[in-house]
Amino acid sequence: MKDMLQRLQRDFNISDITERQLRLTTFHVKKQSAETLLRELRDREGYTHLNFMTCIDYIEDDIFTLVYMLHNYDKKNTLGIHVNISRDDEAMISIHTLWAQAWTYQRELREMYGIRFPGSPRVDEDFCLEGWDQIPPMRREFDTKKFSEERFGHRAGRQSEQPRKHMKVELYPNRGGDEK
Amino acid sequence: MTQLTGHSSALDFAQPEPVDMASGKYVKLWQGPQHPGITGNMSLELTLDGDTIIDCKTHVGYLHRGFEKLMERRSFIQNFTVVCRIAVPEPTFNEYLYSHAVEQLSGIKIPERAIWLRTMNLELMRLASFLMWIGGMSGAFGQYTVPNWTTAYRDFVLDLFEEMTGARIYHMYIVPGGVRAGLPDGFEKRARDIMDGAEKLLDQVERVMFNNAVFKARSKGLGIITPDMIDPYGIVGPNARACGVERDIRKDEPYLAYDQLNFETITGKDSDAYERAYLRLQETRQCISLIRQCLDKAPKDGPFQADMPNVLHWKIPAGETYVKAECTRGEYGYYMVTDGSEFVRRVHVRGPSYTHAIAVMERLAVGNNIADIAGLMVSLHTYPPEIER
Amino acid sequence: MFKKTLNTEDTLKNSGLTDEEQQLFSNARPQAYEPYPIKAVEDFANWARANSLWILAFGTGCGAIELRPLMTARFDANRFGVAGRPTPRQSSVFVIGGYASVKTLKRIIRSYEQMQGPKFVIALGICPVNGGMYFDSYNTVNQFDQYLPVDLYITGCMPRPEVLVAGIMELQKKIKAGECNGANLYVENFDWYKSNQKKVIKNWDMPDYNW
Repeated sequence: MKDMLQRLQRDFNISDITERQLRLTTFHVKKQSAETLLRELRDREGYTHLNFMTCIDYIEDDIFTLVYMLHNYDKKNTLGIHVNISRDDEAMISIHTLWAQAWTYQRELREMYGIRFPGSPRVDEDFCLEGWDQIPPMRREFDTKKFSEERFGHRAGRQSEQPRKHMKVELYPNRGGDEK
Repeated sequence: MTQLTGHSSALDFAQPEPVDMASGKYVKLWQGPQHPGITGNMSLELTLDGDTIIDCKTHVGYLHRGFEKLMERRSFIQNFTVVCRIAVPEPTFNEYLYSHAVEQLSGIKIPERAIWLRTMNLELMRLASFLMWIGGMSGAFGQYTVPNWTTAYRDFVLDLFEEMTGARIYHMYIVPGGVRAGLPDGFEKRARDIMDGAEKLLDQVERVMFNNAVFKARSKGLGIITPDMIDPYGIVGPNARACGVERDIRKDEPYLAYDQLNFETITGKDSDAYERAYLRLQETRQCISLIRQCLDKAPKDGPFQADMPNVLHWKIPAGETYVKAECTRGEYGYYMVTDGSEFVRRVHVRGPSYTHAIAVMERLAVGNNIADIAGLMVSLHTYPPEIER
Repeated sequence: MFKKTLNTEDTLKNSGLTDEEQQLFSNARPQAYEPYPIKAVEDFANWARANSLWILAFGTGCGAIELRPLMTARFDANRFGVAGRPTPRQSSVFVIGGYASVKTLKRIIRSYEQMQGPKFVIALGICPVNGGMYFDSYNTVNQFDQYLPVDLYITGCMPRPEVLVAGIMELQKKIKAGECNGANLYVENFDWYKSNQKKVIKNWDMPDYNW
């Protein structure tokens, strides 16, 4: 494990190696060498299982952090590979040639964060949303409550009762019904 | 068979060539979302040549609620009520993994009794889920006796849940720090009775369903998963075990009390729909034995919850973790990133159906006929809510 | 039966369709149901309707999980004349299983309009009432009755099968009394419902009223 990380540090210039949990290590790698690193890990080191790939939005640092989680069944070890990409130039090399399931994740990230994966199949098709006309919803600046109130706002004239108040005032007036 | 536009080898990940619809030879057919032969609320866009499927596209998102977004704006204890809604038939795996992730990040140790109660709860959930699945599998091949038996019997397991947790479907039993309650009086005897009944029921199911000539003829050779597909497609759980790949997180990286339980990983030979179904039947039996072992070994008294600070002021230290558990369909995982505030920075839920229902399904459907699609879909055991979350 | 023939003045625009597709779909507005002139006949019809509630097999949300125990041996809704039907044409009850995401809402509307009258809508769970725990979700509607008329709410999360049985009996009572007029409300306020639906569903590529 240590040897492998040292070798990767030498070859791919990985940084921020952190042992998060017992069997989980994470590190950062540059955007350009990410795909070769993943290929190396898959073919040489036995990290054959792609658990998932996802994205974290660090809006305060103006970056998206892509996370590739790889698992090695023989060593029972998981690697989290972090790749920082700029929020202004949100494009990433597609890994659909490495794993046959990767294009689905990339399609989801395209829809939910707006990250582009040139060459990935069907990446511009709708995944979960249909007819979406706002900024990608998983971005931090998207305010889902405000959007929900505007689009699915409540109908005027419909009575709604606060259950707590209703119980106190109407159902149990003798027990602390002082809110009347 | 006419020329298939599908894949030539297992490691050929390329998307199939687009079909020439203008030629008039092919028909496009939508199966779902309003269709009884589909698991849950999703749809398949099938391109047919006669009765043969030459292209299949999965469409999901009908159940998308944006959980990952909602969780970013709720506090940790509020999230706890949200997570169990992610996978409807198996909510406890979400509860366990969420709680486990929070405990790992904040360094909480849970008491021994809670570990055993959690294990028992998860195994009961597995039993209930498998019972419903067997009904669905049998129904997909046109036998409606078995669904009536198993779904009705699942209700008795749900009754056990009701005793244990107070709810039938969304239990909210496994909280960060332990479980919400101990076992009620007489639970053990009732649980054992129900386990005995379930064992008898499974024998009958095996006789009626797995020896049925129609079921055998239709499901054998349907949707074969080869071992070289496992890694590229990320196939996990019973679907992978059915083709001889011995992978079970309960055994490989034991969590909770699984290292103290006595069980073997069950594997099959070639993963077609019949083999997968039979493997799940055996796992259901294994499940019953695990529940009995839990009842034997679980401590009868002691604390079931660790000392926790006031729930309204939880602040989890900055960190990152990925926790996983073996649910009925394979690896279920929670990836959680915290930044030291009262809110979670990012949660990603990894459901096994994500790859089974999309990449694998699109691959396996090619070459089959329409009537078998429902059976193929159920044999992969997919739940749409965990795909789109 | 139809008072207005097709292609009269008062027709739907079907602006979501292409010119070619407009030829394929009807553009007539829906018609309200008129009861039989003789009350005894209408009562008899309502009695028959109440005792043959056929549910459309469309699990739109998590509420569908409790429909299986309801329909199978333990709770056995067949006792009340309830059966599941795979197609909207044969069914008379639409069970909205909890929250409706925007993508599903489009299919719900399409299936509901294809159902033949008399038709009733039961909404399960708290989510169709006011959004429930998804009140701030960007993809689920909050008040379902803005988009389709609801005849009966069964709240809870999840509603238990016993509650579903009670709800079905309540619906039967209402039908026998002739009070379930949700489908007529839909016809009377058709434009209001349509404008609400189109406010939410942005890619409207189906006819305004699906026959």
